[in-house]
Amino acid sequence: MTEPAPSPEAASGPPPSSGAIVTLDHVTKRFPGVVANDRVAFDLFPGEVHVLLGENGAGKSTLVGMLSGLQTPDEGGILIDGREASISSPARALELGIGTVFQHSMLVPSLSVVDNMALGGSWWSRPDRTGIAARMAAVAADIGVRIDPHARVGTLSLGEQQQVEIVRALMRGSRVLILDEATAMLTPKGAEDLGALMRRLTALGIAVVFITHKLNEALAFGHRITVLRLGRKVGEIAPERLEALGPAAATAEIIRLMFGTGDRKAAAEGGARAVRRRVSAPPLLEIEELAVDDMAVPVSGVTLSVAPGEIVGLAGIDGNGQKQFAEALAGQRRLAAGTIRLGGEAVERLDVGGRRARGLSYVTDDRLGEGTVGSFPVSLNLLLKQVGKDPFWRNGFERPEPIAAHAERLVGAYDVRTPGISTPIGKLSGGNIQKALLARELTGDTRAVIFAKPTYGLDVQNIRATRQRIREAADRGLAVILISTDLEEVLELSDRIAVMSRGHVVGMVDNDDAARARVGELMSGVGA
Amino acid sequence: MGALFTDAFLTSLVLGALTAGLPLLLAGLGEQISEKAGVLNIGIEGMMLMGAYLGFVVAYTTGSVWLGFLGGAVGGMAVALPMVVLCIRLGLNQIVIGIALTLGTEGLTALLHHFQFAQSYPRLPAVPTLPIPGLSELPVIGPALFDRPAIVYLAILAVFVTAYVFRSTQLGLALQAAGDKPAALDAAGVDVVNVRSFAVFTTGALAGVGGAFMAEVGAGIFVPFMTNGAGFIGIVLAMQARGNPFWVLAGALLFGACLSATTALQVAGVSIPTDVIQMLPFAAVLLVLVLFGRRASLPAALGTHYVRGAR
Repeated sequence: MTEPAPSPEAASGPPPSSGAIVTLDHVTKRFPGVVANDRVAFDLFPGEVHVLLGENGAGKSTLVGMLSGLQTPDEGGILIDGREASISSPARALELGIGTVFQHSMLVPSLSVVDNMALGGSWWSRPDRTGIAARMAAVAADIGVRIDPHARVGTLSLGEQQQVEIVRALMRGSRVLILDEATAMLTPKGAEDLGALMRRLTALGIAVVFITHKLNEALAFGHRITVLRLGRKVGEIAPERLEALGPAAATAEIIRLMFGTGDRKAAAEGGARAVRRRVSAPPLLEIEELAVDDMAVPVSGVTLSVAPGEIVGLAGIDGNGQKQFAEALAGQRRLAAGTIRLGGEAVERLDVGGRRARGLSYVTDDRLGEGTVGSFPVSLNLLLKQVGKDPFWRNGFERPEPIAAHAERLVGAYDVRTPGISTPIGKLSGGNIQKALLARELTGDTRAVIFAKPTYGLDVQNIRATRQRIREAADRGLAVILISTDLEEVLELSDRIAVMSRGHVVGMVDNDDAARARVGELMSGVGA
Repeated sequence: MGALFTDAFLTSLVLGALTAGLPLLLAGLGEQISEKAGVLNIGIEGMMLMGAYLGFVVAYTTGSVWLGFLGGAVGGMAVALPMVVLCIRLGLNQIVIGIALTLGTEGLTALLHHFQFAQSYPRLPAVPTLPIPGLSELPVIGPALFDRPAIVYLAILAVFVTAYVFRSTQLGLALQAAGDKPAALDAAGVDVVNVRSFAVFTTGALAGVGGAFMAEVGAGIFVPFMTNGAGFIGIVLAMQARGNPFWVLAGALLFGACLSATTALQVAGVSIPTDVIQMLPFAAVLLVLVLFGRRASLPAALGTHYVRGAR
C-alpha cells in the first residue's frame, strides 16, 4: 500500500469528524415492480464499521450493488471524498478504492490463492506468482491472518476464503471494504474472528461496511448502524449515540426501527428459552450405528434415540455429515449399516414413501430444489409426497375438489401468504414456501420429524414462526430431530443436543446452563 | 494373429491414426478452450465443415496449401461469429444455437459444393511432406510420424502452446475463471464476454484448420458432410481431458487409430465387413463414455450466460 496508514493508537475508535470517504446522496434504484432503494442517504467514514441492518428484501443488497459497481442508481448521486463520482463497474469501484467481499465467494475455486489474486493482468503476461505471494504475506501479517498462498481456493474453508478476499481487497489499495452478509455462512467462532479482524482493519484507518440481518452482530461489531426497511432508510445510530445508549437500549431502538413498533415479538435473538419437557416415555425413534457412504463426508456410528415430545438438536458446523444423515433417515440415501426403528418397527429398508406412511417426515433445507416444484401450484406442492394416493387421485386421475379443500385448509392453518392455492409456489417468498413445507410435513399421521436447517435464509419474523411450529410439533407428542448450524436456535429449542463433527456424533449433552460452553467445545473439536 | 502385425500394417495404422486423429486433435483442443471459458460449443461440427469447405476452395483456387489452411481458419471463425453474437453477447441457448449452426453449415456447404463442383469433382494434389532429418529414417514410426506435412507438427506444437497458455499466462487464468466463476473474473476487471468471445473464435480457427486438414491432407477433395461427427468426437475428447491438452492429444490418437483401422486392416488383408470396422470409432466413444464418463469434470458455469449482478 502506498498511502501511509495511521498508527493504530492514533486511529483507535471512530475519528471525531473527518470527512466521509463515500457518500450516497439520496439514491433511488428501481427494479420492475419494486423500488429497491428509495432516496437512501448513507455516509461512510474512515476507521469506522458502518453496519447496514435490515431484513431480507430491505434493500441491503441493492445498496451494496451500487457501492461495488454492479448497479448504478436511477436517481441521486455518489460522492467519493466529497466529489461527484460514478461507480459504473466493479473495476471502477476498485480504482476508487472500494473493495467488496460478497456473501457468495468471488474466488475461482479451481485456481490457487495467488492465481486468484493475479487475475486481471494483460493477457499474454505471466502471472507474477512469487511477487504476489510475498505482497500477500505482508498484508496478511499486517492484519493478522495466515493463508497458504498456493492452496487451491476450493480446499479452503469459507472463513479462510473471506480472509483471502479481504487481503486481496487491501492489496489492491482499498480504503473501503464492503462485507456483504459476511457472517451468514460462518461458524460462531468464524464470525467472532471476523469481528476481531474488522476491528484491526478499522484501526488501520479503513472504512468497513458490514451488512447483516443479525442484531447481535450489528451491536458487537459496529460503530455506526443504519437500518433499512422496505427499501427506505428508517434510521441511523451514530457512534456517540450507540455508546450512550448501551446494548439493551440500542437493541430496543433497532427493533423499533426494523419492525416499526416495539410491541411486536420480533426480538428473535436472545429469545425466551424453551420450557424443558420432562421426558420419561420410551423412545419413539431409535437410530443405531447408522452409517452412510459418501465421497465428501462419510457418516458412521451414529446412535441416537428420540422420545415422543422431545426435541433433539443436532448441532455442528455445516458440512459435517448432517445432510447425509438426514437424507439417510428420510430414505433418500442408502444406509451402509445400522438400523432405524420407529415405534419399535424397523424402517431402514423402506423407501421414502414407506417411511412417510409410517409417520416419519423430513423437512428439507433445500426448499426450492428438492422441497418444492416451483412451477407447480401451491395446492399440488402440498401433496407432492402423496401424488396418486386416495382421496386426491383416483384411478390415476386428479380430483380437483379434495385437492383444493386440502390446500385451503393447510394454507389457512399454517398462515401461508399466497394470492391463491393455484399460484405457482416458486412465486412465494422463502418464508411462505417454508410454511407450506411445514404444513405438508407436519400434517397427517406424522409421528417423528426431521428438520434440516429450518430457518436458514428466513427473515426474523419467519424464523420465529418456524421455531414456534417446531415447539408445537413436540408439544403434540412428535419426536423431533432439529438439525441446525445456528447454535442459538439449537439452544433455544432443544431438550438434548447432539454435536456432529466429521460424520460422527461426538457428544450428547442435556440442554442446561452449561450446554453452550460444552457444545462449543465439541463443535470446535476441543472436547471430542 | 501374429502375421497381422507386419511393418506395413503398423506403419499404415500409425500413419492413419495421425491423419485421422489430427482433425480430432484440433477440434478437441478448440473445444477444450471454449469449455474452459464456460462455452459449450456444439457448433464445432459446423465450424469444421466450413473450414473443410473453405480450406478446399482456397487451396484449389490458389494452389497454396497454406492459404488453404488460412481459409479453413477463416471459415471456422465465420461460423464462430454467430455463436459469439447470439450466445455470448445476447445470451441465447448455446446448445440450440450450436445445433442450428451445425445443421445450417451442413446445408450451406452441400449446396455450394453442388453448384461448384458436382460436375467436375476436382482433386487437390498430395500435400508435400516435411521429413525430419534422422527421425524419419526410423523403421515403422519414421515414415508414419516424421515424414508428414508441416501442419501436423504445428498441430502437435499447438498442444504444448495451449498447455503453456493454460498454466502460465494471465489468459489461461482468465479462461479458467470465465468457466468456473465468471463473476469473479468480472470483479477482477476483466470482461467476461471478451474472454469468452476470444475463446470461441480460437475454437473456430482451430476447428476450421482441422476441417481443412481433412479436405486437403486426408481426402484431397471436399465431400458434403465429410467431417462425419469429428467435431462431436472433439467435444467428447474435451470433456474427458479435464482441461489438460495432452489428454486431448492422447485421446485424438486413440480415436484416430480406430478411424483408420479400416485402411490398416485392409492392408493386412483381414476380411471383416467394412461397416463393422467403420463402426469402431463410435463404439470407442461409447466405451470411453461408459468407462470414464464419471471422470469428466466440467467447469461450473459451462453453458450458462453471464449477466453481471444476476444471482
